[in-house]
Amino acid sequence: MKATKINIWQARFIIPALKDSLKKLNPMLMARNPVMFVVELVTFITTLIVFSDIITGNSFLFNLQISLWLWFTIIFANFSEALAEGQGRAQADSLKKNRSESMARRLLYGGGSEVISALKLKKEDIILLEDGDTIPGDGEVTEGTALIDESAITGESAPVIRESGGDRSGVTGGTMVLSGKIKVRITANPGESFLDQMINMVESAKRQKTPNEKALNILLIALTIVFVVVVVTFKYFADYASVRVALSVLIALLVCLMPTTIGGLLPAIGIAGMDRLLRYNFIAMSGRAVEASGDVDVVLMDKTGTITLGNRMATEFIPADNASDKELINAALLSSLADDTPEGRSIVVLAKEKMGIHGSDIRAPEGASFCPFSAEARMSGIDCGDRTIRKGSLEAIREFVAARGSQISDSVQNIVNDISREGSTPLLVAQNEKVLGAIRLKDILKEGISGRIGKLRQMGIKSVMITGDNPLTAATIAAEAGVDDFVAEAKPSTKLDLIRSYQSKGHLVAMIGDGTNDAPALAQADVAVAMNAGTQAAREAANIVDLDSNPTKLLDIVEIGKQILITRGALTTFSVANDVAKYFAIVPAIFIAQYPQLKVLDIMHLASPGSAVLSAVIFNAIIIPLLIPLALRGVRYKPSGVSALLRRNLLIYGLGGLVLPFIGIKLIDTIISMLRMV
Amino acid sequence: MTINDWLCIILLPLITAALAFPLGEFMANVFSGAKTFLTPLVAPVERILYRLLGVDEKEEMSWQTYAFSLVIFNIIGIAALFILQLAQGKLPFNPQKLGAVRWDTALNTAISFVTNTNWQSYSGEQTMSYLTQMLGMTVQNFLSAAVGIAAVVAVIRGFVRKTSRTIGNIWVDLTRSIFYVLLPLAIIWSLLLVSQGVVQTLSGSITAHTPEGSQQIISVGPVASQEAIKEIGTNGGGFFNANSAHPLENPTPVTDFLEILGLLLIPMALPFTFGAMLKNRRQGAAIFAAMMILYLAGLGFFASVEMHGNPLLQKIGVVNGLNMEGKEVRSGIMNSVLFAQSTTTTSCGAVNSMHDSMIPLSGVILLFNMTIGEVIFGGVGVGLIGMLSYAMLTMFLAGLMIGRTPELLGKKLELFEMVMSIIIILSPAILLLALSGIAVSIQAGINASLNNSGPHGLSEIFYAFASTAGNNGSAFAGLNASTIFYNLTTSLAMLIGRFSTIIPALAIAGSLASKKTVPASIATFPTTGLLFVIMLVGVIIVVGALTFFPVFTLGPILEHLLLLTGKTF
Repeated sequence: MKATKINIWQARFIIPALKDSLKKLNPMLMARNPVMFVVELVTFITTLIVFSDIITGNSFLFNLQISLWLWFTIIFANFSEALAEGQGRAQADSLKKNRSESMARRLLYGGGSEVISALKLKKEDIILLEDGDTIPGDGEVTEGTALIDESAITGESAPVIRESGGDRSGVTGGTMVLSGKIKVRITANPGESFLDQMINMVESAKRQKTPNEKALNILLIALTIVFVVVVVTFKYFADYASVRVALSVLIALLVCLMPTTIGGLLPAIGIAGMDRLLRYNFIAMSGRAVEASGDVDVVLMDKTGTITLGNRMATEFIPADNASDKELINAALLSSLADDTPEGRSIVVLAKEKMGIHGSDIRAPEGASFCPFSAEARMSGIDCGDRTIRKGSLEAIREFVAARGSQISDSVQNIVNDISREGSTPLLVAQNEKVLGAIRLKDILKEGISGRIGKLRQMGIKSVMITGDNPLTAATIAAEAGVDDFVAEAKPSTKLDLIRSYQSKGHLVAMIGDGTNDAPALAQADVAVAMNAGTQAAREAANIVDLDSNPTKLLDIVEIGKQILITRGALTTFSVANDVAKYFAIVPAIFIAQYPQLKVLDIMHLASPGSAVLSAVIFNAIIIPLLIPLALRGVRYKPSGVSALLRRNLLIYGLGGLVLPFIGIKLIDTIISMLRMV
Repeated sequence: MTINDWLCIILLPLITAALAFPLGEFMANVFSGAKTFLTPLVAPVERILYRLLGVDEKEEMSWQTYAFSLVIFNIIGIAALFILQLAQGKLPFNPQKLGAVRWDTALNTAISFVTNTNWQSYSGEQTMSYLTQMLGMTVQNFLSAAVGIAAVVAVIRGFVRKTSRTIGNIWVDLTRSIFYVLLPLAIIWSLLLVSQGVVQTLSGSITAHTPEGSQQIISVGPVASQEAIKEIGTNGGGFFNANSAHPLENPTPVTDFLEILGLLLIPMALPFTFGAMLKNRRQGAAIFAAMMILYLAGLGFFASVEMHGNPLLQKIGVVNGLNMEGKEVRSGIMNSVLFAQSTTTTSCGAVNSMHDSMIPLSGVILLFNMTIGEVIFGGVGVGLIGMLSYAMLTMFLAGLMIGRTPELLGKKLELFEMVMSIIIILSPAILLLALSGIAVSIQAGINASLNNSGPHGLSEIFYAFASTAGNNGSAFAGLNASTIFYNLTTSLAMLIGRFSTIIPALAIAGSLASKKTVPASIATFPTTGLLFVIMLVGVIIVVGALTFFPVFTLGPILEHLLLLTGKTF
């Protein structure tokens, strides 16, 4: 369930973002982005030049325009970052709307309780929740069971069960208890909950740069240093050639050459990536994990809950030789009427279908007593009158009939073997001493799972299914779902060992888990996605939490991770490729008066030296806002061959980046010379 | 163009490549410690040498130890060569009774030969005694080339090894470079050169009586031996000032061919060594292809400019306006072009013509070859190192654009690798711009040294620093570099050019060796394909063009445009 996408192009986002982009001019904040910091520094110098021109009575119009456009360059860059932050905040706000207003009943040591504001709750506090209460913070159920409405977070309207002890003990702040009474241990201080962490990652001031962002930043800083040296020495080479170059023109050249496009948009790209995660209802603990997800080449999936619907379903009744279809179905139905397990319910559904009855007009006979499933008996059933009906595994039923002086016949044994061989699970039904037949329980694949696994394969990601089932069953499901590999009869430690062995071969492993026994494997995996419904231990070990608890969404994370990297690479290439045209605009303009021969380099035929320099500066400034939508949305990623992908991006952003500024600068030059701005 | 021209231009790259491939395979075996046909001959020498030097052949070094040893080795080399020059007047093998070399020239020369640059701000035959030439220059010609090979072998190991803390043993690598590769090739080349009439003697200069009755003093000396390693080790320092344009260094078309072949051979072979050691020969071929494309593209442009001639000469009646100034008539245009292109791409620096006198636009190619960091084949060892650094930069961008954190050959490229490869690529460029900027704006840079004004003067100064920062060593001429200012600034350029390549490269080697190797999957971008080669070539051209566009414009391009209007410098 996706949260609605927030349209950022509205006044209520744009105006605060504009204000923010002015606030971000503060050099202390600017220093976080070295490229733009240098731009601000030199822009400040051009402003001083303008003032000195005014004071000394020189003509200042040209320098003023250069200076203004340079300020615009910085403000546009800041604006992109502020806009991305605003989007993230709005996305997060929509998730945490309810939480701050709520009150909570905190249990006191030595009995009693008090009602306090949810904001005052601290880690390890135990709170009591009843029908209709909003859960004030992230926590873990320590006592009781409750039906919880998580729609505020996930948008999913069907309520979910949360109970102590099992793998479904985690609760999230902002969700509501529909019915039940639970005690919840709070697991995060105010401001430390998952959502708060995520919000920190979209606020630039608190944002940690990811490893790849740092490496890219180094490249941009290096380019900046080179261009500073190029421009400074350029002045002396020009002096040598007896050409005086105005300081403002040198600064204009410097800013045009520096990678301002990517430098300005880089923070926005990272933040927008986080925004997209939020939009898909993921909460990432670190940007590193999101980046790594683009590299994942092996993904470990639990069979149950990820590939198959959590439970097996009855698909067929197979009577024994000495029993009829009807006898078997009737007994199966009766024994399952009160069976609340998903398997039991599926038997009822199938039986009704086979018998051609619909609705709920089937009732257990008067005086019947149900025998629920227990771990000791490994059977469930019903006693009515002289009929004692039980259903259970082969071993359980064998014991049941043996106690009544009977045994499993060869034909029944064959049926059981056949069902097992086909990868399904047999469930025998016995009435008193007589085995009536078997029910075939089959794992049902989640809808669309094989398509998603196929898509993973297209992305170069190998899928490995892990299950406790026997190899036969596992192989059947694996083949049906189309996973690349599977591990059957897995013990809790298998996952961890498997991840380690893949990692030692150099693979990057993603793991999806929800149980406490998944926690070690989650901690070991490079990308660990925990279901929000999972246990606290699992959530803490993971680096991404999926609020929807939908394991197939790994694909979305991988796509978002790749998109962030592609966008960075594409805009870097674009930014650098732009420089060629800017050289061809500015360098001839500087020398044309002294050396008219250099006119041949003025391939754009720009109107005048002044308009050439100004056009390049204007192009450099306005390309930033023009690319903001792309930076926020991310470059489209389609799983296809890497070479095709690279060729496409090189053509668009490399070749496009080479050609576009020639057209853009010429166009701006035409306009400003028409307007007589220079 | 004559048939001979075509033959040279087609046969030379072909023959060299054909020889380079087996040599590359051979070197891979040598440095992997495998048995080769030379092992029975060399292994005993190796063992004795290790015992004498106290080297444990099996000891593996971390990159820090490897780099530290290399630096110490070179510092000792510089000191020894410096002292030798100052003391040569009191030492034997000095039939011409040459005195001590000026201190700044001595320092410059010491650094020059140790860094494999062989920039010569002096006239060899009139400054250096035979002892200095043989014990100093020739020895460093071997050692500096060996250092280059050792460095690149360590870098290759960085790619090959997985989660290893070591990158080899520098003493073993140096010894093997010399005894298995450089010495055998140098012996073969010396003999071939002597057979063609290159002099090899320890007697003093010869006095000849010319037909006009005047006397001519002809300098001779142990030329052939130095000539061989000068090319094989991409050193480039000639015995004579005129270098390979001198008839006693390069007497016949065969020696000319041999010399070009020699200077291209090891740089061309190393990509194949890389492929062989990686057990990914296609990768070696892809790197080789990128180098070859740049080499041939430059050669094509260069040749067409020179064959186009000079319009001013055409006006005064020279056939086709062909510009023979600075070229040996016996070499002709094409052999001069081929030599100049080969020597500037390989950072050899030997010359058989005066680059100063080429058509101005040709200067763009010569400068480009050097300023991009000598990676088109490049100097022995360091050329491949530079190319691999560009490959890392390329894969950083390519990796991002396919949505993966960048990797090259299964090794993740992270902050550390990026910092180091950027230092390798950009620090010589930055230094070269800065030093040229200083030189053109102070008296010591211009008035005292520069023979030509205008854009040509700028080209001369820029060429001097491009040549030294690129550890090339060839001179554009026209610039008197034997001043304290130029001796010291070019020394700095040579030191930075050399060590800002080798030390970061060893750091990368250490870091890569310690990493896991990510197995290739369908999501890995294949670095053996055409797309990679094109992108690599593109990155090199763009980096070079963006950094040097203004200088190229004000130097050779402006000069060429002015030439077309009839103005010369």
